[in-house]
Amino acid sequence: MSENFFKVIRAGINTTFQDLGRSNLNHIGIPISGVMDKRNYIIANKILQNVPSHPIIEFAYQGPKLVYYGEPLNILVSGDVKFKIFKNKNEIEGKCYEIITLEDHDEIDLISTNKSVYGYLAIGADLNIDYQWKSCSINTKANIGSNNGKKLQDNQKIEVSKIKELSRRKLDHINSKIENIRVIKGTNFHYFSKESQANFFKKEYSVTKLTDRMGMRLEGQRLDNIVNTNIKSEGLVKGVIQIPADGNPIIMLADHGTIGGYPKIATVISADFDKLSQLTPGSKIKFKEVNLKDAETIFKLYEMETNNIISKIL
Amino acid sequence: MIKNISNLGDAAVYCDFGDEVNKEINSKVINYFQNLKDFKFEGITNLTPSYNKLIVSFDLSITNFEKTKKIIENLEIKKNHSISKKKIQIPICCEKEYALDLKKLERKLNKPTDEILETFFSKEYFCYMTGFIAGMPFLGDIDKNLHAKRLETPRVKVPKGSIGLTEQFCNIYTFESPGGWNIIGNTPLNVFNSLNEDNPNLINPGDTVSFFKINKEKYKNYNE
Repeated sequence: MSENFFKVIRAGINTTFQDLGRSNLNHIGIPISGVMDKRNYIIANKILQNVPSHPIIEFAYQGPKLVYYGEPLNILVSGDVKFKIFKNKNEIEGKCYEIITLEDHDEIDLISTNKSVYGYLAIGADLNIDYQWKSCSINTKANIGSNNGKKLQDNQKIEVSKIKELSRRKLDHINSKIENIRVIKGTNFHYFSKESQANFFKKEYSVTKLTDRMGMRLEGQRLDNIVNTNIKSEGLVKGVIQIPADGNPIIMLADHGTIGGYPKIATVISADFDKLSQLTPGSKIKFKEVNLKDAETIFKLYEMETNNIISKIL
Repeated sequence: MIKNISNLGDAAVYCDFGDEVNKEINSKVINYFQNLKDFKFEGITNLTPSYNKLIVSFDLSITNFEKTKKIIENLEIKKNHSISKKKIQIPICCEKEYALDLKKLERKLNKPTDEILETFFSKEYFCYMTGFIAGMPFLGDIDKNLHAKRLETPRVKVPKGSIGLTEQFCNIYTFESPGGWNIIGNTPLNVFNSLNEDNPNLINPGDTVSFFKINKEKYKNYNE
């Protein structure tokens, strides 16, 4: 029995433990999962000096409210999150990307994400949680991962151990928004009418409420399939944009089905995944075509930018 | 053997083995998959075999399309790689409460339930692939007389254990999930076990599956 733990007063809407996910299991139907916004995950663990694959608490929209019992512990919130800390009845406005030390009986209330979907609570200690296939990432659809594969529940405990030495580090960082989602044409691009091919890059699409860790459903100018609205089921990867018979795009995200039978019109480039995941329902986006070489260069720039942000940690 | 290699986005290689679905092409896909799996090259994040395609995903911070493509092209393929060839028997209950779409199928196929089930139970099925949801086997080929399209409006929730038919294939829903296949029954057998990390799937590509009928009473007592 661990002496240091959080008690969950309010679990939040979709609060899970995540890390970088589990690879090489698609062939048995298990997706990679893992954090939706990788950059915010990397930054949080860097500031806390955790290992790169350290588990994190990911939440969507409304986060958890937790009370902490135990020895002083460093935590850090990343993303664009409104939150409060309660110390001996004193209310402190929380600041993202700045280490906070929690003491016995302190509370943290992760009230909401601002104009974004996912926020992260990183902890400067080991979390006493289970791993499945070397990852703690929770996949609620298949009940795989830590916490019996279920999202966090009210009143449960989160035990921590091996608390790290306390330190004071911070970063000035603001998350930028994205309006143009860059894509590479898909293997079934030619299944669509010339007009729809043009519309796909010309018209605006809006993010619908039917969006979760599995996929993002969009709405906009209907895309007309002139060949076949089904293909023989085949593998999917994160970022693939499928067009089912109703003509509205669905983008595959971290917990996507591993196989699908709808035509693939395009695939979102890797560098745009983080910002794509943060789009709230109602957001308007446009797809912009890039070629493979450009996508690879943009990805190198994305990695350089992440390293540049990290280098500014004080 | 691979007809065409292209990129799927910036972090995956799309290997196309042809358009048809048959055991021969599928065996080639599985053989390639096994060989690549054994090769274990750096940066590969997933190998996803299906009826006639193989997708090789990689971590773009470690490798890229050209390098991965070259490895696939230059891979020495050992023939007759030992693939799973188990024979598995699956009990199903086809009574009303589990056979959600049998009545619809009677109309679609213009055949009585007895004939549909007799035809279905008389064959063995080959597992082409597993996926969509964890452990779900895609089995074929079902008799020509039983080919039916997907439901016009897919169900939001197909119960766990449901056996579904569509076109030349049948499958088993290993979890409650959305889905549009025609449900003819339900198995009490657990087809996916995440606690068995080395071998979570009861049915793997290459295996042969046959179904047998059980009544409601047997179904209910099956796991006791």
